[in-house]
Amino acid sequence: MEKVILDVADLTTKYITRFGEDIYAVDHVSLRVEDGKSLGIAGESGCGKSTLALSLMGYYFPPLHYTGGEIIIDGHNISGMKPDDVRKSILGREIAYIPQAAMNALNPTQKIIHFIEDVVQAHDPTTSKQEIYTMAKALFESLGLPAEVLQKYPVELSGGMKQRTVIAISVILRPQVLIADEPSSALDVTSQKMVIKMLRNLMDNGYIKAMIFITHELPLLYNVTDDIMVMYAGQIVERASSKEAVFDPLHPYSKGLMGSIIVPEEGLRDVKLAAIPGVPPNLKNPPPGCRFAPRCKFARAACTAASVPLRELENGRSYRCILSEEELREAYAREDRQHGR
Amino acid sequence: MAAERKLCLSGKGVTKVFGLGRNKTVAVDNVDFNFYEGEVISLVGESGSGKTTLAKMLLGLINPTEGEIYFQGEKRDLSSHRKKKEYWKSIQAIFQDPFSSFNIFNKIDTVLLDCIRMRGGGGLPYEQKVAMMTEACSFVNLKFAELTNKYPFELSGGQQQRLMIARIFLLKPKILLADEPTSMIDACSRATILDMLMQLRDEIGMTPIFITHDIGLAYYVSDTVYIMEKGKFVESGSADEVILRPKGAYTKRLINDVPKIYEEWDLSTV
Repeated sequence: MEKVILDVADLTTKYITRFGEDIYAVDHVSLRVEDGKSLGIAGESGCGKSTLALSLMGYYFPPLHYTGGEIIIDGHNISGMKPDDVRKSILGREIAYIPQAAMNALNPTQKIIHFIEDVVQAHDPTTSKQEIYTMAKALFESLGLPAEVLQKYPVELSGGMKQRTVIAISVILRPQVLIADEPSSALDVTSQKMVIKMLRNLMDNGYIKAMIFITHELPLLYNVTDDIMVMYAGQIVERASSKEAVFDPLHPYSKGLMGSIIVPEEGLRDVKLAAIPGVPPNLKNPPPGCRFAPRCKFARAACTAASVPLRELENGRSYRCILSEEELREAYAREDRQHGR
Repeated sequence: MAAERKLCLSGKGVTKVFGLGRNKTVAVDNVDFNFYEGEVISLVGESGSGKTTLAKMLLGLINPTEGEIYFQGEKRDLSSHRKKKEYWKSIQAIFQDPFSSFNIFNKIDTVLLDCIRMRGGGGLPYEQKVAMMTEACSFVNLKFAELTNKYPFELSGGQQQRLMIARIFLLKPKILLADEPTSMIDACSRATILDMLMQLRDEIGMTPIFITHDIGLAYYVSDTVYIMEKGKFVESGSADEVILRPKGAYTKRLINDVPKIYEEWDLSTV
């Protein structure tokens, strides 16, 4: 068994709105990422993916509040720490975060090397600029970025290059865990591929030990991560290996999500895309019982009676549904027959 | 079959140049195209390839520097505002960002009433207008009764995009330009939006033109695909031909760079 790098148990965080309402955007989420593994998080917008990312790195600034649960990064418990302490000792060293519009985070009046000096000296003020330059140059070259980038201003770089630069800066202190929140969704396909290649490179060469990759683009997740976790309305609804999650999803929501994949491959034109009817629930007052029940084709009375626990299967998969694996498979098979597939 | 096809939009030598002298940028470079009625067209290209500039020229929002655009075989005349308004009855657009597509001061019923007025239904009795609006809303699975007193920004992205389609349903244009219609909404609402657009095409007989960088989407919806690179069409043809059996190096690279699920995704090419 590999060493567990990131261990999260029952993490719950909420937003408190201006009117004092509580919105539980991350609701009892438990996850484990082992050494050398990557975990993908998929789901609709508003399902709590990005909030989970912020919560994992202890970034609790109002309106986001920590309510319970534990986050252990490589034996180091960071749950309940003050955001300022987290920034000083955890961010960058233990956990690094690449936000969605990372490339806009670069100050246009500073050269790239300045950001690196900033990051390194914030953690260790004794490092000299010469040392930092040597370190940065080595890192950039090993990641396939030209060293000239260091002396350039952000405006001189293309979008994809900026994004890759930000990723390189984020791993300069060799964090254990990298959280990438839609790092490539603003880029076109070629730059996206370069970003993905770089992330894979980081994993393979041991710059980071574990990665969490958040996106709603499932083909991308399938190609990048080992495991996929599907979130719905703040809860985990399914966790499985990438292959199982894409080709053999169990939860009805995952099934709908996977049915909406379009890739330019033969035969796609004859397939009718599955669409999930309805809209995600309002988290101010989530529906009782299974949160997906109002949109679910297989919903029954028992679904809304009590909250549904996450079922664990032997092979490490888990899903949140009252139906058993066999019942679900049977239901899907019946549906396929109805549609003549 | 080919003889029966009617031209709806065509262009000859369409060029758009931004800037002057040293700063000159040729956004669209001498392109010729023939879009026929009833077929679904996709313009595919990376960012900066000029596809949105071309869309703006087709819409008549900007004028081409050189070349002519023909509408239903006749030279398009947009010399006065009245003529432009007349032209916009037959060509409409859906944009990428549903959040900024609506006038924030107008309530949803105003948005839809405007569409009815544009089609010459301004003088109809109010009950009939309500019936029309309700029909349009139910087409896109929205409930008109719940929307009347709301503003567009109170709806979610997917709902706003559907409201946009309800507008199109009322306007019944000949051509619909959909500029990245699904890139800002979720994968699962995407299928709904695309299905609605295709249903609309069958119902009111319009010609959709998709402008996208999502090759999967282009392959799924379109009959004819045009690939744009640096302001030029580098490859065009039926979707199967262009996307499954690409000929040009650029097209091959573009398609190769899309993440696949059934085939191995080769990362070594970049």
